[in-house]
Amino acid sequence: MTSASPPTQGSIPVRPVTVVRATGPGGAQPPQKLPTAGMIRTLGLVSAICGVIIVAAYQSTYDAVAANKRIATERAVFKVIPAASSIAEYLALPSGEVALKVGAGETAASAGIRFFAAYDAHGQLAGVAAEGAAKGYADTVRIMFGYSPACQCVVGIGVVAMRETPGIGDKIITDREFLANFNALDVKLNAELSALANEVKAVKHGAKTQAWQIDAIAGATITSRAVGKAINDAAQALLPRLVPRLDALQQRSKS
Amino acid sequence: MNATVDIWDEFTEGIWRQNPVFVMVLGLCPMLAVTVSAVNALTMGLATLFVLVCSSGLVSMMRKLVPKEVRIATYIVIIATFVTVVDYIIQAVSLALYEALGAFIQLIVVNCIILGRAEAHASKNPPIPAMINAVGMSIGFVIGLFALGSVREILGAGTLFGVSLFGSNFQPWVIMVLPPGGFFVLGGWLLFFSWWARRKQRTQAGRTGEGTQHA
Repeated sequence: MTSASPPTQGSIPVRPVTVVRATGPGGAQPPQKLPTAGMIRTLGLVSAICGVIIVAAYQSTYDAVAANKRIATERAVFKVIPAASSIAEYLALPSGEVALKVGAGETAASAGIRFFAAYDAHGQLAGVAAEGAAKGYADTVRIMFGYSPACQCVVGIGVVAMRETPGIGDKIITDREFLANFNALDVKLNAELSALANEVKAVKHGAKTQAWQIDAIAGATITSRAVGKAINDAAQALLPRLVPRLDALQQRSKS
Repeated sequence: MNATVDIWDEFTEGIWRQNPVFVMVLGLCPMLAVTVSAVNALTMGLATLFVLVCSSGLVSMMRKLVPKEVRIATYIVIIATFVTVVDYIIQAVSLALYEALGAFIQLIVVNCIILGRAEAHASKNPPIPAMINAVGMSIGFVIGLFALGSVREILGAGTLFGVSLFGSNFQPWVIMVLPPGGFFVLGGWLLFFSWWARRKQRTQAGRTGEGTQHA
């Protein structure tokens, strides 16, 4: 666990280290050797104790943390697709396949785009939720948006994490006028199904004319734009892979 | 008898005489950053309490083993361990709180109150007084954080612990939950405490009949 990295070890100069005490009881004695063995023993002991404490804490909180994270994600999905009663996590792979994500491992999936298929009480596809992220005013704004295959539009957004200015940027959670943009935000694909027909974009407050535009909040334009860019980037990447495969997702898989 | 007085003295030192926030003015960076709401302030205070008490105990137990050349490294390892533990605990309790406090949980490692206590007190005293002193210091820190957090939340959001205080017509004083508000409120509290200390000094001086020319 505490194996030192070899490259730095070679560069330590090996010479007898002495320490001169200016004051204290040993002042009159000849310079003492540094108690190297004592230092190594102490640091080793402290590290061992600390290692045990950390492992114990990690082990005992692991389940609760994992459950918390799952609940937070599920809550975000249920918020953007209110009709949902159960969700399944999928990956949209570069090959064009969609695969049910199994387990919590991050293996093999790095190239896949994560999304959630949400099913209603009868096991029918109610919508798809995915995460998007873009740079906002203070930090990255991460949002979850719900996609409805029926109207090919975004039907709701929720914020996963952000650090925008309280009272200004965080209006994207509360401002009714702004949230009305996402009742049916157009994210249709073009004829070749390779990209969105129209780029989703936030426009100045009051300048919205098209179904794929987002009317920004006055005073919080940068945050509004971040939401637009997050949706646009995520939809551009996910939807061309997802839409041709939607049939496979219509029914909740039994596995 | 004397021992009880000492223990009590150890305990109250951090709460009042050497309050880490208002007297020593230490640990300001987490203090100003996380006190946007009373809940954040309390969580931060409790996390610091846990780290401070545990690390003071362990540092004090090991005080005779640690060569002075590596004492700072040892203290940092010990402190970092308990910070990691508290980090996991907060994640397990509430992710929303964890997100709200952000990097400041991990930054407890470099909170100067904790390292300062380890160096100035725990390394020179047996575990029990060291931990009692740490509890007192942390309570002082919690009081300081809460004094800032509650005022900022009331003024900046019109709520306390998320409960609305003034009804829907209250126009929040947003600057109070922004970084400048932290400085305003901290300045206000420091002003208040120094005014108080000076007044006390004056009345004492007046009673003994000296120094009245400053009155």
